Parts: sequence; C-alpha cells; structure tokens
Amino acid sequence: MNTPTPPPDAPAIRCRGLRKRFGQTEAVRGLDLEVRRGECFGLLGPNGAGKTTTIEILEGLTAADAGEVEILGLRWERHAHALRARLGIQLQESELPDKMTVEEAVRLFRSVYPSGPSVAELIARLELGEKRRTQVRHLSGGQRQRLSLACALAGDPEILFLDEPTTGLDPQSRRMLWEQVERFRAAGGTVLLTTHFMDEAETLADRVAILDHGRILVQGTPRELIRSLGGEHVIEFGTSVPLPAETLLALPGVSEVGREDGVRRLTVREPHLVVPALLDLLQQRGGGLTALNMHHATLDDVFLAKTGRQLRDE
Amino acid sequence: MSSPSPLRELILMRLRTFVREPEALFWTFLFPILMAIGLGLAFREQPAEVARVALERGSGAERFLGALRASPELEARVLEAGAAAAALRRGEVALVLAGRDTLVYRYDPARTESHTARLRVDAVVQRAAGAARPVATREDRERQRGTRYVDWVIPGLIGLNLMSTGMWGIGFGIVYMRQKKQLKRLVATPMRKSDFLLAQVLARLAFVLLEVPPIVLFAWLAFRVEVAGSLLAVALVALLGAMAFAGLGLLCSARPRTIEGISGILNVVMLPMFVLSGVFFSASRYPQALQPFIQALPLTALNDALRAVYNEGLPLGSTLPELAILAGWMVLSFGLALRLFRWQ
Repeated sequence: MNTPTPPPDAPAIRCRGLRKRFGQTEAVRGLDLEVRRGECFGLLGPNGAGKTTTIEILEGLTAADAGEVEILGLRWERHAHALRARLGIQLQESELPDKMTVEEAVRLFRSVYPSGPSVAELIARLELGEKRRTQVRHLSGGQRQRLSLACALAGDPEILFLDEPTTGLDPQSRRMLWEQVERFRAAGGTVLLTTHFMDEAETLADRVAILDHGRILVQGTPRELIRSLGGEHVIEFGTSVPLPAETLLALPGVSEVGREDGVRRLTVREPHLVVPALLDLLQQRGGGLTALNMHHATLDDVFLAKTGRQLRDE
Repeated sequence: MSSPSPLRELILMRLRTFVREPEALFWTFLFPILMAIGLGLAFREQPAEVARVALERGSGAERFLGALRASPELEARVLEAGAAAAALRRGEVALVLAGRDTLVYRYDPARTESHTARLRVDAVVQRAAGAARPVATREDRERQRGTRYVDWVIPGLIGLNLMSTGMWGIGFGIVYMRQKKQLKRLVATPMRKSDFLLAQVLARLAFVLLEVPPIVLFAWLAFRVEVAGSLLAVALVALLGAMAFAGLGLLCSARPRTIEGISGILNVVMLPMFVLSGVFFSASRYPQALQPFIQALPLTALNDALRAVYNEGLPLGSTLPELAILAGWMVLSFGLALRLFRWQ
C-alpha cells in the first residue's frame, strides 16, 4: 500500500462543485465547502435539503456525480483505506446488530482500527459502563447514540462526521452528546455535523452552512449570520387593523419586515424603542394588537429570511 | 496492548447473532431430525407378512391342512365354498384352495400378496406330496449392514442440510445486514472486505460442528445407522462441503438488497441440486447425457463423498475427485464473491 503524503496544511475537508442526482431529484446541486482543522462545522437545513447526501459523499460512502472531494488532503479514489483509519463516522440510522452487547460492539469496532483508546476507556468515556453487557435492542435512544459515538471514536479519529446526532433524543441525552462533541473538539478534533436544530448548530458549530434544495444559501459563524439580518431581535405580532409595510419600516431600528400567515415579523435592533412606537401607531389608527411575541434572532430566522419558510416544517 | 483481531471479532459477531436467535437455532437442528424421522418411518423394515389362505370344506385341499398350518408364513383355515369366495372378495384371504384330485388355486392376479400366497402354498403342497428338490438350497437371511434405504438416505440428508443451512444462513444474514445498513456502517471503517467474508465462512465451520453430530447421533439411536468409515473422515468431508456452500452463499448474497431478492436467487440455485444431486434417490437415475453436469454439482460431490465414507467405510483418499470438486466450488465462489460483493 502506498503511504500518501498530503500537504500538512491541507484543510480537514474540502469539496468543489459537488453534484448528486437520485433519479429525478437533484439532491446536491453544486456545493463548495471547506472545513478547517480543529473546527466544528454545521450543515443546517430542513429535511430533504441534501445534508445527508452531502455528508455521505464526504465520508466516501456515496459517489458524487460530479465534483471533487479532498479529506485531509487525500482522495477517496486513491487513499480510501488510509483515510478510513483516520475518520470517525456516525450514520443517521441505527446501524448495529440488535443482539450484540455494548461491549461486543465496541470491541468489534476497536479491532478494525490500527490504534485508539482501549475498549474499557471508550465505554467509560461514553458513560456506558452500566450497560456494558446489555444488548443493543434494549438500549434507549440516547444510549444507542452514545454507543454509536463510541464506535465512531474507536480509532481515535482526526475528523468526526455526525449525521443528525440528536434527532429523536430527550434534552438530557442531547446535552450529554453535545458534551462529548465538545470534549472531542477540545482534544483538537475536527467535526462535521448535520442537523435541523438551529440551537444545536448555534451551540456546537464554529461555522455553519445553511442548505436548501441541495445548495448552500449562506455560510459563516452563527453570529455573523444572525447579524446579517440587520438586528438581533425579532418581533412577531398580529393587529386588528392593517399596517402597511412602509409604515413599519419607518419605525426606529427596523431593518426588515415580513409577513407569514397573517403575522407580521420585524427584525429590529432595539425592541424597547419599536414596541412603544408600534403601539402609538395602532392607537392613531384605532386598532390594537391581537398577538405579540418577541425573541432573540436565531438561525431559524436567518433561514426564514432567506427562503420565506420555517426551518422545521413538521 | 495486544490489538484484537478483526477476523476473530467478526466471527464472534456472526456466531453470537445466530446463537441469540432461538428460532433459527431450533429449526437448524430440528429440521434434519424431523426429515430423518419421516423417511425412516416410510422406509422402515417390515416383518414378513403372513399370507392368509382358505380351504374349501370338502375339497381335496383339506388333506394338506396340517402341512399348511405348520408353515410360519401361512395362516390356513377351512371355510364353506360360499364363505371362502366371500372372504377372497373382501380381501380377508389372499387365496382359496379348491378342487379334488387336481387342486385349484383361486385368486385375483392383480393382488401381489395373492401371488406370494400362491407360491408359498404350492411349495408346501408339493413337498407334502413328496416332490423331490432337484436343487439343494439354503436360506441366508442375514441382512447386509448399511444397505437399507435409511442407511443410504442419512448422508444425503446431512449433505442437504449443509447446503440449505449454509446458503440460507449466509444469504439471509448478509442481505439483512445490508438492508439494515449494518454493512454500510462497517464499510465506513478500515475493515477489510476479505476479513468480513472470510469470517462468514469460518463461522459456518463452527455451526457444522453443532449441526452434523445431532443427525449422526439420532440416526444411530433411532435407526441404528452406523458410520462405516472413520468419524474424522466424515467430519472433514462435511467441513469442506460446508465451506463450499458458504462460498456459494456469499456469492449469491453479493448484490441483492432485499430478503425477497436473495430468496429467489437461493431457490433457483438450490432447487436443481435438491432434485438432481441424489438426496432422496440415486442421481444415476438421470440420463447419461446429464451426468457430467450432475456430477459437477457441489451437492452431488458432497453426497457421494459422504456416502463413500459413511456407508461404505472407504478412506478419505478414495473421495479425492469429489473433494476436488468441492474445493473448486469453494475457491471459485469465494473469489467471485470478493470481486462482486457490494456493501450497500
């Protein structure tokens, strides 16, 4: 086997012009991405945005129709085996035989990597000690995800790929998983994760790319993206009389006006100035508020501003 | 730290997932035994049947009554002419003796037991009348060991079982793992395809040790079927056969994505062997033109080799052509499976 020698400063992940079509649907439509070493990068988007297809192409599990992929400066076509030993992968769906115990599964995965922590260390680190002899089918969702993470970490990877790691988990399990990811980061690891939870992306990711219909809409740090809205607060309200958009834009510190299902949305810098002004305006017109809601702007609002749709269309 | 071997862990995974599936375990062991019971009952040794005959009252046959009653193979009674005719009609007797100086044997030629009765009765009657036996004969009723149908069919059942458990077990196991994306998870590691495939084959060897001895033991306990050759030779032939079918099972499961898909393929591959390879009746019954094809089938080779050591007690060396055929199938199918195998 040839020992590949990539440039030492190569980014952890780089892809250009990625495309993938499944029958009639174009899942990925020209996607460029660069993830630096030591970074946690989040692919955020609704179901069907192409997140899983993208991450599986980067993981070397799905072949792209077009485009280039470089992982740690290496190519899947030539260096698959060397790359596999340096990556940790968690797939979206359950992936371990039901009748295997926790310890057996960890031992199997540990056995295929040339180096890494011991089985006991992995089990202790993922807090699975009590479940060591429990079969996979008897584990809770959170325990399964932790086991799956233990298997992904078995080879002491340089990059960790996580596909929707906390979907379907209870809040406590989510926080436990987040801690594990933070811990991996703290040791210098690179993470690429997909999620449709904006809070997950905001908590874990240094940088985020928002995907929709197989393309990147925007990317940057969560703060940058939220700032790009022009204000960091969102006011949503309903009124008994119509208020034209121009009038609302004239209010102090309002940078964007939107409407959705009869509810007005304002993106504002200083809500304490906007709300009294809004009430004055309504009083002049002889109307009142029928609903009012205020929150800090999130990545969800960024997605809404870009697409006119909610990130989570349940 | 000594690093654990992936091959070992993969074999253990296969064994554990099977052993923890009680239903699979149950059928693997029970099926061949049920089959042996069924066939054993159908072809059991039956005691020689006594032929029932009637003598017409007042006929010339009555003077032979004593001689007829003395024969253990005959049960003779005297009936009125009408009653004798009725008994014959109803099948209660196989033959009626009538006539005066010339005896009459009255029977239905379509009934085989009547023919037997006629031969037995005639022999007794002629001897009682003082007929000379121009040729001296002697009866040798000692049965040859291992010549019954059940002796012959047990190695065939072992061969059939090695084929079906090997191919279904491996085929279903792999396609299920592919369907459940377990293979996808494994391919995302540096695990080698050859390790994975080899583990499936080697795990089969462990199953053979669990599958074959119960049949051998049962056949001996229930039907006194004995292994004429060495047990080691039987074990080696069985192991080689199991590996050949494990290779075929891998080849069949190289691509299908669904259980329905693999079921179809396995049926198509196994059915010809089920019919042609001499499991229940000798493969030599098929036309000469088909023989080269039939002899090349792995189940034919396995059954022939098993019967040679099991029934005939021949040494392993005498089955070299069959063993070569099995080894050929094993190497060819494993090599092809390695090339064609897809994880997803």
